[in-house]
Amino acid sequence: MLRQMLCAIALVGLGSTSAQAQFRSDTLKIGVLNDRSGIYADLSGEGSVVAAQMAVEDAGGKVAGRPIQLLSADHQNKADVGANIARQWIDRDGVSMIIDVPNSGVALAVQEITREKQIIFIASGPGSSRLIGDACSPTGFLWTYNTYAMGVGTGGAMVDRGGSSWFFITADYAFGQSMQQDTSQIVVQKGGKILGSIKHPLNTADFSSFLLQAQSSGAKVIALANAGADTTNAIKQAAEFGITHGDQQLAGLLVFDTDIDALGLATAQGLILTTGFYWDFDDQTRTWSARFEKRHGAEPTMVQAGVYSAIRHYLKAVEATGTDDGPKVAAKMRELPLDDFFARHARIEANGAVSHDMYLAQVKAPGESKGRWDYLKILSTIPGTVAFQKPENSGCKLVAP
Amino acid sequence: MSVDAPGGGGRLLPQSVASDRFRMRRVMIALVILAALLAPLEVYPVFLAKALCFGLFACAFNLLIGYAGLLSFGHAAFFGGAAYVAAHAAKEWGVPPLAAVALGAVAATLLGAVFGGLAIRRQGIYFAMITLALAQMVFFLAVQLPFTHGEDGIQAVPRGTLFGFVSLDDNMSMYYFVLAIFSIGLAVIYRTIHSPFGQVLKAIRENEPRAISLGYRVDRYKLAAFVMSATLAGVAGGTKAIVFQLASLTDIQWQTSGEVILMTLLGGLGTMFGPVVGAFLVVVLENGLAESGLPVSVVTGAIFVVCVLLFRRGLVGEWIGRVRARSP
Repeated sequence: MLRQMLCAIALVGLGSTSAQAQFRSDTLKIGVLNDRSGIYADLSGEGSVVAAQMAVEDAGGKVAGRPIQLLSADHQNKADVGANIARQWIDRDGVSMIIDVPNSGVALAVQEITREKQIIFIASGPGSSRLIGDACSPTGFLWTYNTYAMGVGTGGAMVDRGGSSWFFITADYAFGQSMQQDTSQIVVQKGGKILGSIKHPLNTADFSSFLLQAQSSGAKVIALANAGADTTNAIKQAAEFGITHGDQQLAGLLVFDTDIDALGLATAQGLILTTGFYWDFDDQTRTWSARFEKRHGAEPTMVQAGVYSAIRHYLKAVEATGTDDGPKVAAKMRELPLDDFFARHARIEANGAVSHDMYLAQVKAPGESKGRWDYLKILSTIPGTVAFQKPENSGCKLVAP
Repeated sequence: MSVDAPGGGGRLLPQSVASDRFRMRRVMIALVILAALLAPLEVYPVFLAKALCFGLFACAFNLLIGYAGLLSFGHAAFFGGAAYVAAHAAKEWGVPPLAAVALGAVAATLLGAVFGGLAIRRQGIYFAMITLALAQMVFFLAVQLPFTHGEDGIQAVPRGTLFGFVSLDDNMSMYYFVLAIFSIGLAVIYRTIHSPFGQVLKAIRENEPRAISLGYRVDRYKLAAFVMSATLAGVAGGTKAIVFQLASLTDIQWQTSGEVILMTLLGGLGTMFGPVVGAFLVVVLENGLAESGLPVSVVTGAIFVVCVLLFRRGLVGEWIGRVRARSP
């Protein structure tokens, strides 16, 4: 009898503490942390905040009876600034989820903090495969793309379309090398040949000698395993050499719509790339993108569409579990079906990777384009199961190999 | 250029004024110490710890430019280099935090000896350019070497335990750890500039040929000042790596060398506490503006321009000047 009573008291006690601890604060706070003034400002920045606002509004502004509050900040591409804001949000402001965070250095820092504090972190801006590999977290998700999927997606699909011989122009640091390695692997697997590769230092202004070597190699595909200014510089100079007008094709392994917007179609035309989302893909994407364009004044990038999709899914999981407790919500997010205008045939893996359909696309010629943002022809759909690495091979400790 | 530490000049003053000023200074120092001890109750401790790290970094830089008159444009190499070494030591070798910071400082000292040995042979713009070039080489190494993990940086560095029993995972104890390091660093700088060695440095700054003619081997003095400055910058960098549990390319790129110049100029070149004030100002702006939606670098730049136009001697330098002008 006494024991039963004690049990009952203990249960009541437990119940009341867990009822109090269901939410971190009176409002559910979501923090959009990204670059708002630097090189990633166009592809994430204010647009990601607009996408987040849309997601919150579309969810009715409330979840589990609590109003949703959005915070946003500029990490200035500095890992320490990003880490400081993330910590302050979690420790002081009671933020329940952090989203976006382009720049893999900052994202990895936020991943460490959110893992330690058991807070949900959904990366949409960065593409580092380490976030779902050796640095994976039970409460971390990589929503939009990763470098492996971009490289392998482009590699596999290009070989299928007849690009049988390859030459790599690779940025000489860890990112470029791993991208070249991953892409080469799939090319060889599919029966393609690697004719050669050349490394260039980070932040190269003059690509002429690299491009000439690539041109004379006779490879059908010249792949750019680099990012940012290096990629755009290489594309500009390739256009000057007329590489894309011959029978050689230029493939950018990591190119965004905003890069093409900056380069202009005359320069970028013919470039092959992989993307996780394109606004003009079908009616569903067009409907959402029209709403976004009206508010933001530009078509959404895949990063911004990913932010919307991720927040909607996250809020569904919070609603279903009735808490913002990181591990519980993360488990629910993996459990709930995910299929929206952004994430097609999607699956959230144990390592936090969101595998969904990717698209192989080619940049239109100026004559084919009907106006600003009408940049891509979708050549083929790369199923998520092909583009994304199997979780067992990712090196993530959460998945038994 | 003769902006000096508060009360540093040995001018003859009426007894009452001197003791008044002495008392005021003591009260102020007590207030600052009290504020430093109580600040983490009100302000987020990790943020304060960051500001202290940059404060020490700026003071180390100021030791060189403010007292020896040498403008180094490569201090990020010492700051970032030490951050990488400390982070690597703490993460891969499991070294306790204090030892990791010390290793970082040793690395910065060695780098400083190499940089200094080459750069002090030239003066002015050439000196600055040599330090910048060498720092760019170090940056290039940081991008290339496998242990730095390129643009990802070294992440998840354990904060560890101090003396085997104080866990630094707690933000409060971390703050006091950083405050202690900062205070020691500042004390070292204070002693240095108020020693005969510091006097010689000032003499070199004011008139190098005259210092040579007096028989001083100015190159040795300059080298010593350079290495010391590098070491202290390394202490700051190593500590920052432990606080944030990461070392990244941001710490070692040339913009950081520029930022420390900005901090020092804002606060007051050649003043004891000016660089600390400048560092706090820049760090506060960096964080305060982050959530405002304003472009941070533009605003910081505008404030810099306004400061340079209105307060040529920096905030603290200007304040000291005003106080001096008022008292007889």
